[in-house]
Amino acid sequence: MGLAEPPVHELGPEQDVAAAAEPSSRSELHRVLGLTDHELDDIRTRLGRDPNALELAMFSVMWSEHCSYKSSRSLLRTLPTTGEGVVAGPGENAGVVRIDDDLAVAFKLESHNHPSAVEPYQGAATGVGGILRDIFTMGARPIAILDALKFGHPADVRTRHLVRGVGSYGNCVGVPTVGGELVFHPSYAANPLVNVMAVGLLDERDLTRAAAPGPGNLAVLFGSTTGRDGIGGASVLASAAFGIADADGAKRPTVQVGDPFAEKLLIEASLELIRERLVEGLQDLGAAGITCATAETADRAGTGIEVYLEAIPRREEGMAPFELMISESQERMLAIVRPERLDAVLAVCTRWGLPAAVIGRVTEDGDVTVVTRGDRPSGRPGGSPEGGTWRELARIPARALTSEAIVYEREARPPTHSRRAPAPGAPDLPHDGLPERGMDPGAVLVALLGDPNLSSRAWLTTQYDATVGADTVEANERAAAVIRIKGTRKALVMATDANARVGLLDPYLGALSAVAECARNVAVTGARPLGVTNCLNFGDPERPEESWRLQQAVRGLGDACRALGLPVTGGNVSLYNESLEGAIAPTTQVGIVGLLEDVERRVGPAFRAEGDLVALLGETVPGLAGSIYAEHAGTTPDDQTPDVDLAHEAALLAFLPEAAADGLLRSAQDVSGGGLAVALAECAMWGDLGADLHLSIGSAPAAELFGEGPGRVVVSVEPGRWHELHALARRHGLPVRRLGAVGGDRLRIQLTGEGATGAAEGRGAGVADEIDESLTVLRHSWQAGLPRALGEDG
Amino acid sequence: MKAGIVVFPGSNCDRDALHAARLAGMEAELLWHEDPGLHGSELVILPGGFAYGDYLRAGALARFSPVMRAIEDHAERGGLVLGICNGFQVLAEAGLVPGALLRNTSLRFEHRWVRLSVERHDTPFTAAVPAGATLRLPIAHGEGCYFLPEPELDALHARGGILFRYADPEGNPNGSARDIAGVLNQRGNVCGLMPHPERASEAVLGSDDGLLLFRSLLESAAAHASGVAA
Repeated sequence: MGLAEPPVHELGPEQDVAAAAEPSSRSELHRVLGLTDHELDDIRTRLGRDPNALELAMFSVMWSEHCSYKSSRSLLRTLPTTGEGVVAGPGENAGVVRIDDDLAVAFKLESHNHPSAVEPYQGAATGVGGILRDIFTMGARPIAILDALKFGHPADVRTRHLVRGVGSYGNCVGVPTVGGELVFHPSYAANPLVNVMAVGLLDERDLTRAAAPGPGNLAVLFGSTTGRDGIGGASVLASAAFGIADADGAKRPTVQVGDPFAEKLLIEASLELIRERLVEGLQDLGAAGITCATAETADRAGTGIEVYLEAIPRREEGMAPFELMISESQERMLAIVRPERLDAVLAVCTRWGLPAAVIGRVTEDGDVTVVTRGDRPSGRPGGSPEGGTWRELARIPARALTSEAIVYEREARPPTHSRRAPAPGAPDLPHDGLPERGMDPGAVLVALLGDPNLSSRAWLTTQYDATVGADTVEANERAAAVIRIKGTRKALVMATDANARVGLLDPYLGALSAVAECARNVAVTGARPLGVTNCLNFGDPERPEESWRLQQAVRGLGDACRALGLPVTGGNVSLYNESLEGAIAPTTQVGIVGLLEDVERRVGPAFRAEGDLVALLGETVPGLAGSIYAEHAGTTPDDQTPDVDLAHEAALLAFLPEAAADGLLRSAQDVSGGGLAVALAECAMWGDLGADLHLSIGSAPAAELFGEGPGRVVVSVEPGRWHELHALARRHGLPVRRLGAVGGDRLRIQLTGEGATGAAEGRGAGVADEIDESLTVLRHSWQAGLPRALGEDG
Repeated sequence: MKAGIVVFPGSNCDRDALHAARLAGMEAELLWHEDPGLHGSELVILPGGFAYGDYLRAGALARFSPVMRAIEDHAERGGLVLGICNGFQVLAEAGLVPGALLRNTSLRFEHRWVRLSVERHDTPFTAAVPAGATLRLPIAHGEGCYFLPEPELDALHARGGILFRYADPEGNPNGSARDIAGVLNQRGNVCGLMPHPERASEAVLGSDDGLLLFRSLLESAAAHASGVAA
């Protein structure tokens, strides 16, 4: 097939083509589409005339928060985005960092919160599909998915639907789901969060840009056909402007419907097109559909694209021009192809059973132009494809839709009260004194292990295929996943974390904590973190308090990444996560990929041998606010959120890979949710080995045992190598203290020091408070927690 | 030994099987579902995945692929065929092995590591598995509950058609009749199993037990070849 005339689809009789080009100034259409009067004026200035209805629809989706980042763009510019090995950064579909002379890793986090709130199953599924497309569009084969799911309560029925949605898609496309988070917090009740991270591996020579270079090149749309699904706010156009007769109009789904089978074919076809060097540029179609894909690729190359409306393969007749241009039908790709390679491109698509069509071509004028072969005389002379009289329906400078879209500096103001009242029954001591209240720390530990936020994720992870690809070394239940790279000794280590509890109290600290924890989770395996992706989940930025929270989080993200020497290679912003009950807790979701030079030298969290010494790196930082313990027991109003010492975190990130490479670490586990006691319990349960430990308590046993202060890692080491480990830690300026030794089938933590004995005597106990629990009891609580909370333990 | 791994649209363990076959020492290549030739493959592997999106029913459409005619002929002539997971479902739909795979009794997709007992060691698929050894392999499926009417199960058992059983203390993961994880056809040259031996082909992945199946096939082919030569 050569550059034939594109197939012509008839526009339905009920669609008045003329209406698309009708000036809109007389109506209030822009408001219905979500554009403000100010934005309409701005559009007029840029066009030098009134936009018509189609152009307004295109602006409305491209200037939406989701596509334009209009409220966050100026903040995001402050993030550090360059660094060693960064091949592609923000602005591309995904960040790409070099691994070695040949290989590079592409990765990105993305949200799909609002669709998932409306339709959990499809919302979650298409979220996975969208982020995978961002990865293979770069020329990378997706090798792992991690999902961060946030719900209000385990019993929410959406929990199950979302889990299945994520799982069904990932399982089908053959990309292993290897990790993530499942978090419950009341602020997510009406607005659950679905953040998905995808990681891909590529030969750097296959790196492909989402650009449309070379005027005269063809724009080929392949994959699924275009339908009316996923036409968001603009669907009001259907009734407001075009008077569509069909009665179903109002019920059109605004949530896209996913087809993982089509996605799998799309992956294979796209990677084949790239490998065979058949495309000049490749872009997936996500939000704002063809409008976004054409505007972005043209803008990146400094070109324009002319779209032939009738050439777009569609799944239903009678679609209006605006519907074709902004439909978010899933599993579609736009390829920019040299005319002489068109036949080869179409052959690949045909082989994979994917419809493909030339829907436009690259121009020199820098505009996205929509043309139609209407039945009226042509309004524009020449330049149209052979044999047609084509009429222009829309013409917008590509950059006005993308890189130069409207930007806001939102007013930001700290909230008048940033702390919530203490929980009922909270002690009025300045710091929580757990034993003073007669609580048994062993019972607290057992209870925390059964908390839905800390207990085993097996209910979730057994629903996801974690081993397809035959590269999975560690997955799930672990804070970071390890994926080996075939044909090398290397492995990629990946994790995603957020800290909403701390974020709620202090969004700046929440962001710092998330970066620090995520980097630590990667580093405890022995890997060196390569780069950061993120997803900023916040409320309505038009409210100064929410705008302030976003500002603080971005500042925290930037400060943390600069201090740890980590480039931010990409990310995503999701705003307006609100319900009548208020905004969600500020959630800075962070994703980090690290490189392990020798997979055989990886370090796991589980204790491995009787007699190994157990030690704690890092000091306990006071403060229980924001911890899960505090959620159970309450805190005092003046209790602090633990500070993050970034210099100390940087030292840990340097120490851990070195210690692992030297073979000094038998195990290493980050201290985070549930604190030191929970971390120790995990090391013991997972290794099926107990431990006998002594913990010196300064003043607050609860903070020491259950505080979630950052910067701490539990390690075990062969006794004969203790001095080496100690010396290395000292060299990195890291405090390290011995806690005891691995052995037996119980976890025993004796509390010593002033804080502990004083407490015990104070309430007349004959012995010092201690934790002494069998692994069986710990494991039972940990395993039963989530199914019980979900009501699935029947 | 030459192995051909079939790629259906929606196959997603094809490259994993290719990797494991080569690791075991086989000469292996991918076969396209629309190509009716087997290109000299002595062993045909139907890999896991969601062939044709599992539309209608897992394996229901894949069995009509052009390549399936060639595989049926190959099996008819005594050639070796191994169906893994979705490949097992395709073999069952095509009637090349007995039984049907129903939805897991949990009604959920199940991914986990399981232990398998090996019921026979005198087959080309299991000859290299040490007697008494159990195999540690992952499962990943939503429809792996093996079904056959009771009298036929007795007959299957009597003729030695049950090759692998789930042997975990907590029982089988999908509700399969008699804990059946893998079966043989009457002639003993076609095997289908739900667990994934190709994903357990290296110690770094958590187990290399799966490689024993590939080694068995390689060795039996070598023995067969030398037998023919003699």
